[in-house]
Amino acid sequence: MADTVKIAGWGLLVLLFGMAANWGEDIAYRTHALLLIVVSAVMFIWSIRTAGSGPNDPDGPRPETGYMDGVVRYGVIATAFWGVVGFLAGVYIAFQLAFPLLNWDLPWTSFGRLRPLHTSAVIFAFGGNALIATSFYVVQRTCAVRLWGGKAAWFVFWGYNLFIVLAATGYVLGQTQSREYAEPEWYADLWLTIVWVVYLAVFLMTIVKRKEPHIYVANWFYLAFIVTIAMLHVVNNLAVPVSIWGSESVTVFPGVQGAMVQWWYGHNAVGFFLTVPFLAMMYYFIPKQAERPIYSYKLSIIHFWAIIFLYIWAGPHHLHYTALPDWAQILGMVMSVILWMPSWGGMINGLMTLQGAWDKLRTDPILRMLVVAVGFYGMATFEGPMMSIRSVNSLSHYTEWTIGHVHSGALGWNGMITFGALYYLVPRLWNRPALYSTALVSWHFWLATIGIVLYAASMWVGGIMQGLMWREIDDQGFLVNSFIDSVAAMHPMYVVRALGGTLFLAGGILMAWNLWQTIVGAGAARTPTPVPAE
Amino acid sequence: MFLKLHNWAETNAVALLFLSLIVVSVGGLVQIAPLFYLDNTIEKVDGMRPYSPLELAGRNVYIREGCYVCHSQMIRVMRDEVDRYGHYSLAAESMYDHPFQWGSKRTGPDLARVGGRYSDDWHVAHMHDPRDIVPESIMPAYPWLAETPIAPDRMARVMAANRATGVPYTDEMIESASADFRTQADPDSGDADALLARYPKAQARNFDGEPGISELDALIAYLQMLGTLVDFSTFEPAASR
Repeated sequence: MADTVKIAGWGLLVLLFGMAANWGEDIAYRTHALLLIVVSAVMFIWSIRTAGSGPNDPDGPRPETGYMDGVVRYGVIATAFWGVVGFLAGVYIAFQLAFPLLNWDLPWTSFGRLRPLHTSAVIFAFGGNALIATSFYVVQRTCAVRLWGGKAAWFVFWGYNLFIVLAATGYVLGQTQSREYAEPEWYADLWLTIVWVVYLAVFLMTIVKRKEPHIYVANWFYLAFIVTIAMLHVVNNLAVPVSIWGSESVTVFPGVQGAMVQWWYGHNAVGFFLTVPFLAMMYYFIPKQAERPIYSYKLSIIHFWAIIFLYIWAGPHHLHYTALPDWAQILGMVMSVILWMPSWGGMINGLMTLQGAWDKLRTDPILRMLVVAVGFYGMATFEGPMMSIRSVNSLSHYTEWTIGHVHSGALGWNGMITFGALYYLVPRLWNRPALYSTALVSWHFWLATIGIVLYAASMWVGGIMQGLMWREIDDQGFLVNSFIDSVAAMHPMYVVRALGGTLFLAGGILMAWNLWQTIVGAGAARTPTPVPAE
Repeated sequence: MFLKLHNWAETNAVALLFLSLIVVSVGGLVQIAPLFYLDNTIEKVDGMRPYSPLELAGRNVYIREGCYVCHSQMIRVMRDEVDRYGHYSLAAESMYDHPFQWGSKRTGPDLARVGGRYSDDWHVAHMHDPRDIVPESIMPAYPWLAETPIAPDRMARVMAANRATGVPYTDEMIESASADFRTQADPDSGDADALLARYPKAQARNFDGEPGISELDALIAYLQMLGTLVDFSTFEPAASR
């Protein structure tokens, strides 16, 4: 019976997407419909072929026990894959700004469409897969139970990655809501909402059935991340579709309110996607890799509640001196500055966990990555509050300084801690005695670090230069520079930035190679075969 | 007390979930909700009107190509910005924008008041290849816009969706969407006076200089009206805002 429903359901979906492909009003929508036809047709055939092999079938799969790590393995591979894709897209658009020829005069390769592809690929594809995979890994270990919900975790993984593919192909074909970091259109947003609710259910119910009396600190951060992202995503994407057979929708928020809602969302994509759950990774992987307990339990309580309360307020610092009313700007600035404290609370807790284990930094490149990540986190969370001060922001806003700030956080903090977590996870998940090559991890570390330094330094210098050139006024009271002067002056900075990005990408490729060799069990990762006793 | 509360949350997953949700809801409520009812959020000005069908279509091209990624439409209240781009932007100027296009980055210059600053011919040549006009420019070229015809059939539905979110399009505007669309790109083909009555200050002409209506026509119609609507001779800034 269940098989019949399944087969009929997939068949109906094929039909429905066929109608969508036929009546679709724009190229992105029709392409997505075709893609979904393929997905549901494959599922249709697969459910016919596996019909009858349910849990009652004596030859079928038996209920599994122990940790559910298959989905984590897929998540780790997806993280490394999307990481390389996202870095590559970033390097490419960085070169486009230095050499506009690379836009090729084609719609699908022009900067305006590729930039959302880059940001979504690194934040949501690389970061999102890293968070889903590590949260599933960590919650099972710290609750001492298997993931709740059976196949629901697989639905989260595949559903989320389907969303990524819809978003990425949509951007290239010109589908966007033009809300930064929330560009996917209404039907992709609806799909993500469903996936996210299931994610919340799996994660929450796994905690509920835990065998440990207390909920481990990393899980507070993961849970706050999942529930807050649900809130932000749903509110910011409220829109009226023009037609159910087309991509286009009209957001319900006009002008100034729309700007406030967007940056309430946008800044908390940073806060609750790129900070809070990555702190959860810090709270699990640093103590494990350093083999030391967390420095302060009390500090973790205080900074957890403070950070989730305060981050939400920081949005208006993206709108200083704009048409947003002053009271909202000032409120956003004050809260952003206060946010510095709980941010550094997390940094201190992470770094001080190394008490008595600092010597390991010399020999363990994985721990070095994790710790440098926390260092970059500390720098970025000092720079952020500073840039949210109105007088500083008057110079930095609209310039490349912001881009430099974001990347010192994204590459240094999110990138490095994810790399460290992947290097930690792969030998354990595939049951290998060690990584394929620790030397390659060291290479990766230095390529990434030098890449970040080149990137951040060129964007700091370039951004401050832009800000100063735009406001320079001569003694007659006239503007000194035309806008294009500042564009021309940026050229060498854009070249250095692109080179820095290339180094970072090269490190990412080394990592993918190293992880793959570990998975297949080459070199040091070869599992020793038991030798029969003579 | 605080630690007790935390201890409760730390041993009860559902409590942790709901306490977190309450804590993260506060900031947004305080910052967003008042913007919908405080009277001084949006200035009272003369001249603002919804976009004409052709302008709205051009705006959709602007969004589709990701122009907002490199161009802001928000002149801040600073001397150099006012000198360079014109009067600082008002909240009223984007009150019919769904979504807003304020942007966050100036890889290229601000466009909030680019309307009327350059000729149509300049825009046509610039979109074909920006480096023909400005050698140092790093903007991508958009040669396909001039070659892609654009039809008005969808615009009535796009306007209806905008109306559902609060943009004051009248029934008359929605019914005459197709006619207004064509008239604005080719004023001899329809009733240009009716277009102007519905959309004051609308500029009606063949924007790209080529027969037929292309995406470039729509985009230039949009660019040429940006920042031109508000009558600043009657605008008085409020002291408390």
